[in-house]
Parts: sequence; structure tokens; C-alpha cells
Amino acid sequence: MDAYLELTDVEIAFPTPTVPFVAIQNINLKIKQGEFISLIGHSGCGKSTVLNIVAGLYQATKGGVILEGKEVDQPGPERAVVFQNHSLLPWLTAYQNVELAVKQVMKKASKAEVKDWIEHNLKLVHMDHAMHKRPDELSGGMKQRVGIARALSMQPKVLLMDEPFGALDALTRAHLQDSLMEIQNELNNTVIMITHDVDEAVLLSDRIVMMTNGPGATIGEIAEINLPRPRNRVVLTEDAAYNHYRQQVLSFLYEKQAKVEL
Amino acid sequence: MKLPVFLEPYVALVKGVNPKDNATLIFRQLGLPVVGLLVFMMVWSGAAKNIETSLGNFPGPVEVYNQFTNLVDEHQAEKEKAQAFFERQQARNEARMAQDPDFVSTIRPYTGAPTFFDQIKTSLFTVFTAFVIGSLIAIPIGILIGMSDGLYRAVNPIIQLFKPVSPLAWLPLVTLVVSALYISESPMFQTAFIVSAITVLLSSIWSTIINTAVGVATVSKDLLNVSKVLNLNAWTHVTKILIPSAIPMIFTGLRISLGIAWMVLIAAEMLSQSPGLGKFIWDQFQNGSSESMSRIMVAVLVIGLIGFFLDRLMLLLQKTVSWDKSAVLR
Ligand SMILES: Nc1ncnc2c1ncn2[C@@H]1O[C@H](COP(=O)(O)OP(=O)(O)OP(=O)(O)O)[C@@H](O)[C@H]1O
Ligand SMILES: [Mg+2]
Repeated sequence: MDAYLELTDVEIAFPTPTVPFVAIQNINLKIKQGEFISLIGHSGCGKSTVLNIVAGLYQATKGGVILEGKEVDQPGPERAVVFQNHSLLPWLTAYQNVELAVKQVMKKASKAEVKDWIEHNLKLVHMDHAMHKRPDELSGGMKQRVGIARALSMQPKVLLMDEPFGALDALTRAHLQDSLMEIQNELNNTVIMITHDVDEAVLLSDRIVMMTNGPGATIGEIAEINLPRPRNRVVLTEDAAYNHYRQQVLSFLYEKQAKVEL
Repeated sequence: MKLPVFLEPYVALVKGVNPKDNATLIFRQLGLPVVGLLVFMMVWSGAAKNIETSLGNFPGPVEVYNQFTNLVDEHQAEKEKAQAFFERQQARNEARMAQDPDFVSTIRPYTGAPTFFDQIKTSLFTVFTAFVIGSLIAIPIGILIGMSDGLYRAVNPIIQLFKPVSPLAWLPLVTLVVSALYISESPMFQTAFIVSAITVLLSSIWSTIINTAVGVATVSKDLLNVSKVLNLNAWTHVTKILIPSAIPMIFTGLRISLGIAWMVLIAAEMLSQSPGLGKFIWDQFQNGSSESMSRIMVAVLVIGLIGFFLDRLMLLLQKTVSWDKSAVLR
């Protein structure tokens, strides 16, 4: 398998006054170009930590990440992040938020090209009608759409999403999942997405990476999701294969890695 | 046209909508402050009658008002004198020019005593100079300190040390240093002006520095991550992320600083004999006439009023530059 993005023996130890706290260890993962990967695991196991290492926001204390043959050692626009709580700049409009990103990656482009590209990306997430509204005038789902548009507008090599739909109601979430599948069908990005939602993981992913509980969390199982695309959530509920995948992930989370409540 | 909110109950009352509720609302908005003011006046004039000093009774509201009109009259008289003085010079110069075409005319400045209103102008000019220069120094320093945890830890004790220092403690040092360093043939500014401006600056910048630093240091971690992922350069990072986030804190600091600056200025002028309201008060005190106390009381009220307006001015400025128009500022 030709790896586009490769995590090798990644381990991170956060300094504490006593012994360093090893949050994750032995993370090995090879990801193909255009693959959609979901990271699933119990709260606090280290999913965000893995994502932050790929983003370059954290440095692995052992092992490392290689993207297209180059080691990742700092954050950059070729690894765009969609943050859990949208993280739009509240003093800028949707358009200006995307503009800030576009200006970083299209430094030589003309004004008109930049404008077209910003509008194109906002259209992609169906936000062209509210381009000039500020985040506090947008609903949660709309903010998240703008966050996705901002990430997509950078034409990243890898799109990293940390529970992008976690804070949304079920209907809005389903809507955005469909939008994301549509966009993914068109652009074929390489994506790593963190989620808590088993249905979401099965619906969207090519592979689901299931993480064990921390501390010292690592990859427990990987499920290949061989469902044909485009996928339809309503049709899939009756699909035996779909239900089998769901069952596999649920069993990992609630039987093998059952979280002991303290 | 949309009416300001505070006018709505009046309009409603005129239209006869909800007369009882609106009357209550108007009483709370307008009536209560007026009642407070009236009670204050009564207590003041009552107390004033019972305070005997070497210069007679403490002035009540009426005496103070009379002195205020006197000060206005004096100001106008002085302006007319100045006007007449310049007209006389002009006439003389023209007459000389008519006789001798080579004559180069010079206009000598008027050297009458500054009036109360001239002193107000001087004070306002000094406080603005000190405040603007102080803010231009304090905000960048605050941003720098706020950006680095290490720098913040290193500098914070120094700021905390200087913040509570009274201007009176700085003044002698500033006077000595300025008179040693600021020597020029034809000084653009009076030494006394520079001394009071620097003293004001030294006493007032600390709040702006510390508030700006805290504002910058508490910028949301998510936004900092966004900045890192976008690879924003230092300038964009500061102008698009840090400053907008810190604007409310920066303004809190600026308002405290301006308040302190205004307070400190009066004391500095009094002590350093530099022109301004402080000197006006000091001169009246030295004068010791029967009017002095009333005049000082006029100055006290004017100082309070100006301080209040300065704060409102900052609030207005904050409202214009702040991105969150819905935030309640008070
Ligand atoms: N900067 C840090 N310093 C110290 N410990 C950290 C740091 N970041 C994360 N951790 C620890 O690492 C562990 C994993 O955290 P992480 O945020 O990656 O979990 P997560 O799987 O994303 O959880 P959630 O699903 O709740 O978001 C936690 O125990 C957390 O306390
Ligand atoms: Mg997380």
C-alpha cells in the first residue's frame, strides 16, 4: 500500500510535575490519498491529541508523521483543521473568515480570483446566502459550514476534523454529513475525522480507526467499510453489511473497551 | 427614523400608551437623578452655612454659581483686552509701513494673565498629550508582554511595583531630570508642561499595559491554533487575532488610565506650578480672598465634570471601534 500520510510509532508524553503522562503510544497508521478515515474512541482517550500531532500543533515525543515524504514538524495550511467549536473569528464575517485563509494560500492571485475562490467555497457548503454575516448572526450548523469552507478553501493535502458536528442537533448533523459526502465525492480529499457517533463513522468513512482507552492509548482495531458510494443513510439502515459494521464498532466501544465509570 | 431607546417612554406617554408604566419609567430615568441632585444641593448649602473658616463661610451653591459667572465675565474681558492689544499693534504697524516701506513688522504676543478657561484648555491639552503618548507606548508594550508568558512573568512584578506610586513621588525626580536634559535655545514647550506631562504619563500608563497584556494573554486557544494552522505572519496575527480579542480589555485599561491621568494632572500642576487647573486652585489658595473658596469650588466641580466627560468620550470611542455592537458597555 502506498502511504500518502504515515504515522509511525507515534507517542506523546505530556510533562507533569512527577512522571510524564503518556497519553498515546505506538500509533501506526498508513493512509492513502483520498481516503476518509474516522477516529473513534471514548472521551479523553487521545483522539484530539493524535489529530493535533498530524496538524503539527503538538510535537510527538517519539515517532513521527510523514506527509508525501516530508516530515510534519509544524502547523501549516496544507493540513487544514476544522475545529470542534467552529473557531471562526467572531469579528469577521463568514466571507472575511474564509478570506483570511485564502489570502494565505493564494498570495499571487488577483483580487477577482481570490473573490471567486472564496465565493466558490462558501457555495460548496451552501453558505453563499449569508456570506456577509458575522458568526454571532449564524446558527451553529452554519458556523460549522463556514469552518469547513475555510478549511476546504486552503486546498489542503489533508483535511483534519475534530468532532466537526459534535455540537449540532441530529437533523442539522445529518444535513451536514450529506453535504460533506457530496463535497468529498467531488474533491476526493484525504480526511481524518474524529467522531463520537458510530452511525456517522460508518456512513462517511473508508476506514474506522478505533482507539483503546488511555492513558497510553493506541489503535485497537481498524474496520474497513466496504460500502458502495454514494451512500444513502435511509437505504443503509436496512443493509446487512452496514449493520454489521455498526455492530463491530459498537462491540469494540462497549464490550472490549467498555469505559469503567469511576 | 429610529428613536433612541431612552426617548421611547416620552413618545409613548405623549401618545397615551401605557401612561402609568411610562410615567414610572420616566421618573426612574429622569426624576430620580434630579431628586438626588436636589438633595445634594440642600445638604451642601445646609452644611456650608455651618462651616466657618478664616476666609468666611464655606461657599454654598449660590456663591459658587456667582463666582462661575464672574469667571466667565473675567474671561470675556480678558479676551477683549487681548483683541484690543492686537488691533493697536496692527494699526501701529500699518502706520509705520505707510511711512517706511522697508519696515518689517513684528507682532508681539499678548501677555495677560491666563483666565480660568485658559487654564482648563491648558490642562486638557496636557492630559491629552500625556494620555495619547502614554497609550502609544503602553499598548504595544502590553501586546508584547501578553504574547509571551515568560516576558509577562518577568515584567509583571515591575509593573505592579510602579502602578501604585503616587505622582507626587515622581514629580521631584521628573523635574530634576527634565531640567537637566531639556535645555534648548528656544524651547518649543515650557519645561513645566513637560514635567507635568511626563509625571502624568508615568502614573497612568500601568493600567493600560497590564490590561492590554491580560487581554492578549487570554485570547482563546482555539483562535491561536487557527492562526498557527493558517501560518499567519506576525503582523496579521497581531492585527486580526490579538488586538480584536483584546479590545475590551484594552479599553478598560485606557479608561482607568485616563481617569488616573486626569486626577494626577491636577496634583502635578499644583505642585510644579505649571499652568492649568491645578495652578488655578493653588493661586486661589495663596490669594486668600473672600472669593477664593467659591472659585476653588467652581474648579472642583469643573474638574469632576471634565473627568466624567472624558470617560464618556472613551466609552464612545470604544463603541465605535468595538466589533461587538450588541455588547453592553457602561
Ligand atoms: N496539552 C496537554 N497537556 C497535558 N495533558 C494533555 C494535553 N492535551 C491532552 N492531554 C491529556 O491527554 C489525554 C487525551 O486528551 P484528548 O484531548 O486527546 O482526548 P480526546 O480523545 O480528544 O477526548 P474528547 O473525546 O473528550 O475530546 C487526556 O487525558 C488529556 O488530559
Ligand atoms: Mg477531543
